[in-house]
Amino acid sequence: MSEITLTDTTVAPPATGAGTATGTRGARIGESASRPDGIPKVQGRFAYSADLWAEGMLWGHTLRSPHPSARITSIDIAPALRIPGVQAVLTADDVPGRRTYGLEIHDQPVFASDTIRYQGEPVACVAADHPETARRAAEAIVVTYEALEPLIDAEAAIEAPAIHPDGNVVRHLVIRHGDPTVTGDVTVEGTYEVGMQDQAPLGTEAGMAVPSDDGGVELYIATQWLHIDQAQVAASLDLPPEKVRLQLAGVGGAFGAREDVSLQIHLALLALHTGRPVKMVYDRAESFFGHVHRHPARMWYRHHATADGTIVNVEARLIFDGGAYASSSPAVIGNAACFAVGPYFTPNAHIDGWAMRTNNPPCGAMRGFGAVQTCFAHEAQMDKLADALGMDPIELRLRNALKTGDTLPTGQVITGTAPVAEVIRAVAEVPDAVSPTIDGRPMALPGGAGRTADPDGVVRGSGFAVGFKNIAFSEGFDDFSTARVRLDRGVATVTCACAEVGQGFVTIAQQFTREVLGVDEVVLAPADTTIGSAGSTSASRQTWMSGGAVKAAAEAVRERMLALVAADHGLAPGSLRVDDDRIVSDDGAVDLPVTEALGDRVVEETVEYHHEPTYPLDEHGQGDAHLSFAFVAHRAVVDVDPELGLCRLVDLVTSQDVGKVLNPLQLLGQLEGGAAQGVGLALMEEILVTDGTVRNASFTDYLIPTALDLPDLRVGELVEQPEPGAPFGAKGVGEPPTISSTPAVVAAVRAATGLALPRTPVRPSDIALAGIEAP
Amino acid sequence: MTAPEDYDLLVNGTEHHVVGAWIGESLLYVLRERLGLPGAKNACEQGECGSCSVMVDDRLVCSCLVLAASAVGTAITTVESLAPDGALSDVQQAFVDAGAVQCGFCTPGLVMAVEDLLARDAAPTELEVREAISGNLCRCTGYGRVIDAVRVAVRRRTGAEVA
Repeated sequence: MSEITLTDTTVAPPATGAGTATGTRGARIGESASRPDGIPKVQGRFAYSADLWAEGMLWGHTLRSPHPSARITSIDIAPALRIPGVQAVLTADDVPGRRTYGLEIHDQPVFASDTIRYQGEPVACVAADHPETARRAAEAIVVTYEALEPLIDAEAAIEAPAIHPDGNVVRHLVIRHGDPTVTGDVTVEGTYEVGMQDQAPLGTEAGMAVPSDDGGVELYIATQWLHIDQAQVAASLDLPPEKVRLQLAGVGGAFGAREDVSLQIHLALLALHTGRPVKMVYDRAESFFGHVHRHPARMWYRHHATADGTIVNVEARLIFDGGAYASSSPAVIGNAACFAVGPYFTPNAHIDGWAMRTNNPPCGAMRGFGAVQTCFAHEAQMDKLADALGMDPIELRLRNALKTGDTLPTGQVITGTAPVAEVIRAVAEVPDAVSPTIDGRPMALPGGAGRTADPDGVVRGSGFAVGFKNIAFSEGFDDFSTARVRLDRGVATVTCACAEVGQGFVTIAQQFTREVLGVDEVVLAPADTTIGSAGSTSASRQTWMSGGAVKAAAEAVRERMLALVAADHGLAPGSLRVDDDRIVSDDGAVDLPVTEALGDRVVEETVEYHHEPTYPLDEHGQGDAHLSFAFVAHRAVVDVDPELGLCRLVDLVTSQDVGKVLNPLQLLGQLEGGAAQGVGLALMEEILVTDGTVRNASFTDYLIPTALDLPDLRVGELVEQPEPGAPFGAKGVGEPPTISSTPAVVAAVRAATGLALPRTPVRPSDIALAGIEAP
Repeated sequence: MTAPEDYDLLVNGTEHHVVGAWIGESLLYVLRERLGLPGAKNACEQGECGSCSVMVDDRLVCSCLVLAASAVGTAITTVESLAPDGALSDVQQAFVDAGAVQCGFCTPGLVMAVEDLLARDAAPTELEVREAISGNLCRCTGYGRVIDAVRVAVRRRTGAEVA
């Protein structure tokens, strides 16, 4: 058996393939740089966190509560310990340090000891010499529960007895702007619901912990933020952070699911208890219980507009179900409230946002982060308003589109770019490409082969939606990233703890470094905690933040390099510059390749890059809480079989405010992949929860789009208005595609069927049984 | 658990002796954990996602649904066999060039599915391509660049376009 070394995740220039081979020109800004990890990934030799192996390693397994709400009256681990091959069985009593963890608030037990607050809450974990032995041992632990009535209604939770010492209201945020009593000529009102979506990254939670000689532990883990994991693991182990060393193992997607701790603390505890490496891999069912989900939301809205379609006031009440623990709920409801009215100038607003605690599965970060839910609601309201006004829905959106200099309902004036009208027009200008006749081939019908849709009964509709969200962290958070660039004989090495989760930071880091330094060969060192934090791979922030840190470090290296070369030539510092891959003086006296300029002198710089400060919201929800905003629009065409309630997306068009296109191919991948997740939320994706119990924790029952569910995404003109302050003017692009795709698709289903459909995902029964009373 | 079993598996043309295995281990587990071949991935363990796709006697299967011990006497081919000397297969190269790889977790399974498709049908239509890979879930790409990778591979292999 060959050992899979832990450093296989190191991303280095490929020996073959496009871009970075020695002697070839590496891609710069604006070029479709090929992923340096692409070749090991297609070969199957890129080491994901589930692929790690170490001599003598054990397998971990977690015992979870079957009840959503219960009191634990006893735990007997003896039957598990008697099983041959079992090396450790740990419960809450074995946590030497802080017994709780959490991203913002430490309210979640490492192991439940007396109270169960959600189905799937960890109670114990086991290490054994075979994964099947570990699974059986966990099953052998005898836990007696006194089941309690779960609190499952987020609205009722406001007044209900507290299910946690911190209370049921995780955050109540009120935004009061202008005169919220203003009314318009036309008023439209609605209540909208969004179901619980799962990030469903293909790689489940997995990792390995290895005890180290100094009493500490090394964790090889798939995460979005190494340093926040490190802080939480160290606190629970009662170890100084420097004794908890994390290295990023290959990450099989994230989308928010890896921002919270899952198995990190359990793994480290097992490794320290047994003195042996321990590996743990969740199966798909456990993964559904092992990470937070997108918040289900119930949202009431009332829009007021003048007869010419000018919005004068928006009232909204947002109830987000955060489930049992806080996770990132405070920030999610912050975003939901801040972006509740959509990308439209709204002079008066009253937004009442609640993030609630219930005994439902915990919810937290997922791509779009609060803006997805409210976009579904505000875009349905905009269509309803257009209908009430007898106005074209695109014209209504253009009339109210935000622009630079406008004030948001938070009182923040948009100082950066805000090309809302531009993205709307760019989508509207893309011609309709769908054949007016229904594609009668069985595979092309709603429901596909075997679903027997009658082509003659299929109806078609088109829908439009616009959305936006913030880039990077908000509300006063000191957001930063750290990067080190080392230049040695013409090869640059970049070290940054930024988690590459598939999004393509690896190409951004190489492109930025090449652009600044004029070198072609850029090596990326492993991401680990030996360097300062990079912050989270979330909030569409890493291109700006870790890209900004890499750029700043590369610029610091460049300045030192130019000073050294200037001194070599007896020139004043500042008389030289990098021009493509050469160092030149304006008079042409100096002109030499960067790769040869320093000889064997090595230059290295480390930079901590912070974005401009943001500020907390005050008691009226007013404040300059956000750094920057990105805007997006989608148009969808959907075929619907009204009899069976089946839908098929046949066309999807988008445009996005990207600031600057850095890598056209990777950008396209983000637009397509993000839209696919939005389509999933529109037509199929929902974690079904009944009385606090999950009914579909598998890929058989939780459906995500396949290649047959998605048409080719058509991208209209991308809007490139450089964002002031952003590296190379680029805005993050990861989240916006997920925001307006969902409401566009549901709007198309509404147009096809004439149904109100106030809830997403749209279920076949919502269409086929519309108007039919339950017996 | 039942007494350990020993058996032989023919993988990528090499006979491997599996020692002391639990009889309940899947082919996926044995490939990954006993034979050092982690290219096939485990994302659902119930045959829904295609990440664990390998060939067993020239049939594309989900190795999570095959008991390893039942594969004795078959010829197993995994993604690791496609580029034995480091040179990529045309399908692998097309995935890299077309930008079909993001997190990459589904990629080995998709590559196996596309290799299988093109071995059976050198000139598939787009709908046939979508059907052929509809058993492979990808959460990153929305399949756009994956379909494009197949277009690139077909073009390079046959000079024809996917209709």
